[in-house]
This record gives sequence, C-alpha cells and structure tokens, in this order.
Amino acid sequence: MDAKQLYEQLRKLQEPKGYYFNKDMENMTMPLMESLLENKKRFGYMACPCRLANGELELDKDILCPCTYREPDVKEYGACYCGLYVSREWNDGEIEHQTVPERRPPEKIIF
Amino acid sequence: MSKDVNVYALSTCIHCRNAKKYLDECGIKYNCVFVDKLEGQERKDTIARVKEHNPAVSFPTIIIGDSVVVGFNKDKIDKALKD
Repeated sequence: MDAKQLYEQLRKLQEPKGYYFNKDMENMTMPLMESLLENKKRFGYMACPCRLANGELELDKDILCPCTYREPDVKEYGACYCGLYVSREWNDGEIEHQTVPERRPPEKIIF
Repeated sequence: MSKDVNVYALSTCIHCRNAKKYLDECGIKYNCVFVDKLEGQERKDTIARVKEHNPAVSFPTIIIGDSVVVGFNKDKIDKALKD
C-alpha cells in the first residue's frame, strides 16, 4: 500500500465520523501517511508518528492511529496531537491553530 | 555568540521535521538526536535527559541555550534564539 491509497482508505472511514485530514497535504497529511506506513513496517502496527512508541503492540495501544487522545484533542483544540486529524472548522480557519499539548502520560513510555 | 541548539526528535514526527526545516531556513546550526532510532541504555539515558527538560517527554524538545521549546512553535524558537 502506498501513501495515497492509505489516505483514500482512511478518509472514507474517518470523514463520516467528523474527522478530516489536515488540508495541508504537502507539509502535513501526506508526509504523515508515509510515516504511518514506516511505523507499520517497523512495528507491525501504525503507531502515532509523533510519539515515542515502545515497539510492543500491548504497550502502544493508546497511540495506535487514530489514537485514544484524538477525540478529546479535536474537541478541545480542533486538531489531534499530530495535526493529522482536524475538525471541519479547523480546516476552514474558523478556530485558532495552536500547538496541541501532549495528553499521553509519560509513564506510558516503557522502553 | 551563538547558542548551542539541541533538538530531540523522532524520525517520523512531522512537527520535528517542520521545526528542523525552520531552523535550517534560519541558518541555525544544531545537533539533532532521533530518539526513536536509539536502543538500550543510550535510549534510556536520552529519554531521562529529555524528561529533565520536558516532563511530558514529547517531541520535538528543542534546547536553545537555557531555554526549552516544546513542539514546533516559530515564535517561541525566535524568542529563545534572541533572549
């Protein structure tokens, strides 16, 4: 699977749930698709590219993309931690774009 | 005198990539460690070092002189470089 195919596959699943891809395709969404594929190759699962994965599925379940923190982050900031998934309002520039702070407890980093 | 700049990053992280690109555009020389590429004790020691500066252990963690910039934030990077 290549980045474009992954993008299409995820878009069909996530848009109906109200999660949109960052409209900055060149600097954000497509490089993140590449990173997800890279993590799939490294770990066997698509760990969040913006977090330090432990490399064991059981220990990284919370950061499997889309991570468990996406919902509260998009609700509060309009974007997930990576800035991959955003709300329609965020993409339309109706809400301020700010750095999303890390919600994952650091204790989750074991290795 | 220019400040020492150390970037703790992940090889797959988009904010890390964009922050490095910004530093490059500003002509800033920096040292970059990809923490996800480290193994064993080196990885543990590096995570401990990142935690000292940034308890959330998130990336990028950018150390500019005595300042710490967490995440990619152009304004904060500019300020830390000037201070």
